[in-house]
Amino acid sequence: MPVVNKKKDSPIQDPSSGFMEPFLLHLADNALILGHRNSEWTGHGPILEQDIAISNIALDLIGQARNFYQYAAKKINEYPDRVVNSKTVTEDSLAFLRDAWDFKNCLLVEQTNGDWAKTILRQFFFSLYQSFLFEGLQLSADKQVAAISEKAAKEVAYHLKWSSEWVIRLGDGTEESHNRMINAIDELSKFTEELFIPASYELEAAKHGVGIDLTLIQPRWKEKMEAVFEEATLPTQKLKEKLWQGLFGKEGRHTEQLGYILAEMQFMQRAYPDSEW
Amino acid sequence: MAEEHLERIFQDKIDEEIRIEPKDWMPDAYRKTLIRQMSQHAHSEIVGMLPEGNWITRAPSLRRKATLIAKVQDEAGHGLYLYSAAETLGITREEMIAQLHSGKAKYSSIFNYPTLTWADIGAIGWLVDGAAIMNQVPLCRASYGPYARAMIRICKEESFHQRQGFEILLTLSRGSEAQKRMCQDAINRWWWPAVMMFGPSDESSPHTAQSMQWRIKRFTNDELRQKFIDVCAEQCTILGMTIPDAELKWNPEKNHYDFGPINWEEFWNVVNGHGPCNKERLDARIKADAEGAWVRQAAFEYANKKKEKEQRKVA
Repeated sequence: MPVVNKKKDSPIQDPSSGFMEPFLLHLADNALILGHRNSEWTGHGPILEQDIAISNIALDLIGQARNFYQYAAKKINEYPDRVVNSKTVTEDSLAFLRDAWDFKNCLLVEQTNGDWAKTILRQFFFSLYQSFLFEGLQLSADKQVAAISEKAAKEVAYHLKWSSEWVIRLGDGTEESHNRMINAIDELSKFTEELFIPASYELEAAKHGVGIDLTLIQPRWKEKMEAVFEEATLPTQKLKEKLWQGLFGKEGRHTEQLGYILAEMQFMQRAYPDSEW
Repeated sequence: MAEEHLERIFQDKIDEEIRIEPKDWMPDAYRKTLIRQMSQHAHSEIVGMLPEGNWITRAPSLRRKATLIAKVQDEAGHGLYLYSAAETLGITREEMIAQLHSGKAKYSSIFNYPTLTWADIGAIGWLVDGAAIMNQVPLCRASYGPYARAMIRICKEESFHQRQGFEILLTLSRGSEAQKRMCQDAINRWWWPAVMMFGPSDESSPHTAQSMQWRIKRFTNDELRQKFIDVCAEQCTILGMTIPDAELKWNPEKNHYDFGPINWEEFWNVVNGHGPCNKERLDARIKADAEGAWVRQAAFEYANKKKEKEQRKVA
């Protein structure tokens, strides 16, 4: 008979234990889920050079996720009472053994790839956000967060350049590519507001100088986004749609998409628990 | 200059191990052989991304996931070098891809087998990349310069992939019962297809003699196959697994392993389109190409618009 993993509590569920863990997990989950989505393109890209580019971005994002998970695991393992069944927490237990309600990624990153226009727009919205985020986090009071962010900022600068160029190319390319970008804007713009609504742990992190004030980067994000849209001949007035109030990925309230991502991503660790790979 | 004379100069260069470069005169048949072989090789890299890419989203750890993405991305890079090298012979990448999609050009049959478990990713690295390296290392000295130079880069990365694959299997072989079972099952399914990767035996290989005279090939299919079997038989003992060939046995007189008969019927069936995944692999490539058409068109139109704008600025 297969052994069922009966761990009832994930080791990091208690929100009263401080902002650091959820804050780190939020940063890691964002990167992992978008990296996962982008990696679905590997081998199926519209042209070989771009297949390589999107896989490269996937790889960078998974690297960022690993850095944040490893740091989160280290923090969690410093408190033995937080560790369930005397099992050490690892980057893999954090990625593969939590369910959707414990994932703290933004809703934007879990949305399906759709066509190349949707994938590009999702990357552009997110990379633009990450570029301001890591610019701020490089100065974090937490040295490790600052160091990870400094490395990530360099990668994100490339992701942003690449995705901005593609937004412009598709927006100002053919009628079809322009229309596909409009559809992508329709589908994704409602998920952008969440990026700038701070979760409780983000407020706490900002208060302690570890995180940043997201309301300060929102206008900068909007300004840059509009500049790229203008060059791409894309309308900006489409971006006003509000998200349904009940959803808030940062606090674990996700769209249906995330469950399917996890079912696939976590399959091996769930089917063959406690194994070395 | 008479064709006969040019041909003699060409063969002299080859015999003296002087590389043939794109602008040099070469016999048509040499050019055709190279286009066939190099495009087939490029297509194999690209189609080969599919069975491995199949496990990226299910890789069992973050480290394995990252390594696998990097590996599949390397294959795409190899495809790029090889298409570029083949383009120096006067064919475009688009033409080569069209030949792949129409079925005119082939790719390595090994990628028509399915990846059913995580262990298959290890087995592909160990056996398939291992066989590819045996084939490809001599190609680093192929007579055609651009091909030889592309192969030098490719071989460096392939040997890295092969070690990673072996390491995946080694980890499984030291793991739980289920992991050991997974490991043996993958070796059972991939062994014979890997052995067949060296192509038909020498007596039924139509291109070998000419390719050897042109120094595109340096060893025969059977020589390379024997070398591969000798190496793998030893490596398999480190894994504590069994190679699925009851006749595999060290022969001290020959200084080689003896091995059982190869199922050439299966080989030709898969080559001729009747393998387990021929249709899926080709369909996936055709779909990616068709769905990417509007993207390529948009990039093309945008580049033209930009060029026009700049020209207007200059004027």
